[in-house]
Amino acid sequence: MRRYFGRKLLIYAVTFFVAVTVDWVIPRFMPGDPVQTMLARASLRPEASQAMQAYYTSVFGLDVPIWQQYLNFWGALLRGDLGVSIWLFPQPVTSVLLRAVPYTIALLVPAILLSWWTGNKFGAYAARRRWLDNTVLPAGYVLTATPYMWLGILLAWALGSVAGIFPIAGGYSFDTEPSWSWAFLGNLARHWFLPFASLFLVGFGGWAIGMRNMIIYELEADYAHYLAALGAPRRLVRRYAFRNALLPQLTGLALQLGVLVAGALVTEIVFSYPGLGYLILQAINNQDFFLIQGAFLFIITGVLLANFLVDVAYVLVDPRTRVGMRGGA
Amino acid sequence: MSLTVDNLKVWYRTLRGDVQALDGVTFSVADGELVGLAGESGCGKSTLGKSLIRLDARMRHVDGTVELDGKELPIGDDTAMNRFRFKEVSIIPQYAMSAMNPTRRIGRLVVELLESRGVRLAGVREELLRRLELVGLAPEVLDRYPIELSGGMRQRMVMVLSTLLNPSLLIADEVTSALDVSTQKAVAETLVDFRDRHYVKSTIFITHDLSLVYQIADSVIVMYAGRLAEKAPTDALVASPRHPYTRMLLAALPEVGVRYGTRRLAGIPGSPPSLLDPSRGCRFRDRCPLAFDKCATQPPFTEVAPDHHVACWKAS
Amino acid sequence: MSVSDQEELAAATPAAAAATPATVGRARGRREALYFARRNGKLLVGLGVVLAFLVLAVVGPVINSHGPNEYVGPPAQRPSADWWFGTTMFGQDVFAQFVHGLRSTFLVGLLGGALAAVIGMVIGFTAGYRGGVADEGLNMLTNVVLVIPTLAVLLIIATYLKVRGVVPEAIFIGLFSWPWVARAIRAQTFSLASRDFVDLARLSGAGGAKIVFTEIAPNMSSYLFMTFILLFGGSVLTAATLDFIGLGPTDGMSLGLMMNNAVLWSALPLGMWWWFVPPGLGITMIVGALYIMNVGLDEVFNPKLREL
Repeated sequence: MRRYFGRKLLIYAVTFFVAVTVDWVIPRFMPGDPVQTMLARASLRPEASQAMQAYYTSVFGLDVPIWQQYLNFWGALLRGDLGVSIWLFPQPVTSVLLRAVPYTIALLVPAILLSWWTGNKFGAYAARRRWLDNTVLPAGYVLTATPYMWLGILLAWALGSVAGIFPIAGGYSFDTEPSWSWAFLGNLARHWFLPFASLFLVGFGGWAIGMRNMIIYELEADYAHYLAALGAPRRLVRRYAFRNALLPQLTGLALQLGVLVAGALVTEIVFSYPGLGYLILQAINNQDFFLIQGAFLFIITGVLLANFLVDVAYVLVDPRTRVGMRGGA
Repeated sequence: MSLTVDNLKVWYRTLRGDVQALDGVTFSVADGELVGLAGESGCGKSTLGKSLIRLDARMRHVDGTVELDGKELPIGDDTAMNRFRFKEVSIIPQYAMSAMNPTRRIGRLVVELLESRGVRLAGVREELLRRLELVGLAPEVLDRYPIELSGGMRQRMVMVLSTLLNPSLLIADEVTSALDVSTQKAVAETLVDFRDRHYVKSTIFITHDLSLVYQIADSVIVMYAGRLAEKAPTDALVASPRHPYTRMLLAALPEVGVRYGTRRLAGIPGSPPSLLDPSRGCRFRDRCPLAFDKCATQPPFTEVAPDHHVACWKAS
Repeated sequence: MSVSDQEELAAATPAAAAATPATVGRARGRREALYFARRNGKLLVGLGVVLAFLVLAVVGPVINSHGPNEYVGPPAQRPSADWWFGTTMFGQDVFAQFVHGLRSTFLVGLLGGALAAVIGMVIGFTAGYRGGVADEGLNMLTNVVLVIPTLAVLLIIATYLKVRGVVPEAIFIGLFSWPWVARAIRAQTFSLASRDFVDLARLSGAGGAKIVFTEIAPNMSSYLFMTFILLFGGSVLTAATLDFIGLGPTDGMSLGLMMNNAVLWSALPLGMWWWFVPPGLGITMIVGALYIMNVGLDEVFNPKLREL
């Protein structure tokens, strides 16, 4: 098990290293003087422009050799200093991001967990009944082929605009004050529901299909045949098959994390939901490079963390890894 | 009689029609008898073994009956057959080495299987441990995962598990095919041991290895192209085979000490007929050196000597 | 060697015509596959839908007299005989935008998917066939690219690039979508590389690349084809997402961009469904058809899955 985690942590460390390096390298590949280009694009008041100039120069360390610029970047990163936002000057990037992160987490975590679990259960169930299978299968493929933002748009339009049940913008109503009251929490929940539902549905479709295919494969395995030959009831065989099919589904979850995060980001944009996605859109529109870079690093860190959690979950679900054998991924 | 099979026909559904894998098989197995079922690949021996316990999704029970200890086995009805499985009829499958769920500890698998069949572990626990010791497995095996055991150990575990409830009929489907010679001997001896200790009553030992059959079986059934060719007590079959196919099979066995230069191995030229739309007559006709015009009709499986049945016009 | 031993050896050597049964088998396999392909509903329907959209993408912009961004009519019109998909907030023809967008969608899908397929195959085959140090290194590369969320990297890259076209977008997508392909191909190559016919090829002096091309890859041809289809669909989705955020091509039209504009210009509260439903529906139908085609192909190539 130590080897298993050791290998995984090594991959994550290398990935983080590569990501940070890419992040640092890209602006330096822009033609011309990056600082001037950025300053020219951002229309700032003169005093702000001065401060930014000084800051940029120090951060880009153009007066300092390249390797030192790189190390400075790492130093700042490890201190939690991701720079200052251009668009929301003088707020530091880190605090701007931290304000948006809870909203994204509130969308992502329940959507991932619920869609994965219910999708798998449903897919396993669908594999049992022919008629259900024939309806679930195409529906599942359509759902998983749906771009996240389009489903969000449809839901917003149908249930929000037309039916008026749910609001279609914001994290909470613009005319309410944040507080710990039930009313406010209810308001939060109402704004949260549609984006969550949209993420949930697309994910659900994918997992249902995946599990249905895996279950059919597992039910054809030798152990399933043997148990049936010895007269074991179908529910025992199905239980084993489900448990075994969860393993590749868990691996698949790790593979999908990047896609899921992207889906959450665009869904937020559709609903103007104040999470990372919406923030990134505004940052792009306002040419706020530091904010974008900071968001990038946040996302990378989050995805690596999530991958690690899935690895831990895998060890818990596949007993063979605990005994020291490689049971799969 | 322990097992009686009467005109059993089991066909496979395929897109191109029905493959008549088992086409009218009749024989019986006595109480306590170990019968060797031999034949080349595709002759239907595995189909016969499987149809006695569980039909595949593609298999169809077309005709014939199977009786075990006087009761008819509802082999065409999957649900009805369930109360016989494991308790009266059991199988050691061809894939015994991968027959256990890889993500379950073996002991847990055994417990869950037993409980799902309504058998409390407490009642069989001692017997289980005793039998593990008999086959040379330590009780710690129950705490292991299948992957932690070697192939031979897994096979022995499956042998113990399949026979745990003392079935009347045990089907051993090619259990020695994937093993080295010394393990083959151990497994074959274990099968005899199980029978001698009354863990199982009758055994059908399916294999393509005639020499192994000779070692342990009381009687031998030779199958060809979905039909029985010959059935006889082992010594009688080897000493005086009546069916041309059996004779050529026995002649094809290499003899220890004989070199290729001295005497070449005799094979049986040609290949078995397709069972998709088989001919009406004897199916060995095209490859048989003794064939004549009467072979255009299927010879009946007749008794030519005490307990010695042959399906050949020339033999009867 | 005595005469009888020589005879023994001669009889034991496999006939040189070992290649013929294999090629005959492959030809028969192909004919069988075609037979089943013509009868597989999922494959036919999926292919039909994709081809229909392809025709629309090729023909549509040609028969349409005006460009996607031209102001041709009164703004915010519902679909009518004049404007089949209505008009946008600015009076642009939604149908014209749609067919132009389809073109770029197909382009990105094909290019991005092809690039990802090629990279995945090269890495997968190399890692699987060579093993050892090459395998370890490529494995690490695959794992790193796998973990990095595509969108995040494309975010950074696209932000700093001023002019973005369809081809660069396709290249970026292709550069990051290959890891799962490489992994799967590596695993299959491992098992194939240890088989006898590969050893035979090696004995006859064929080099590594030649063996991969002539022996291993054809055995996986059906799988490779299905992989490409999945990559195509994935590219289309990724491109739509990028375009929606505003990181797509700066010129031209795309389906994701249509949705971006629709949301940006309040099509939602105004109920201008004709602006945002067609692009999303188009993507869903194309990608969905591709996935269903894939299932059909799986049934065609895998005899076990064929329904009786």
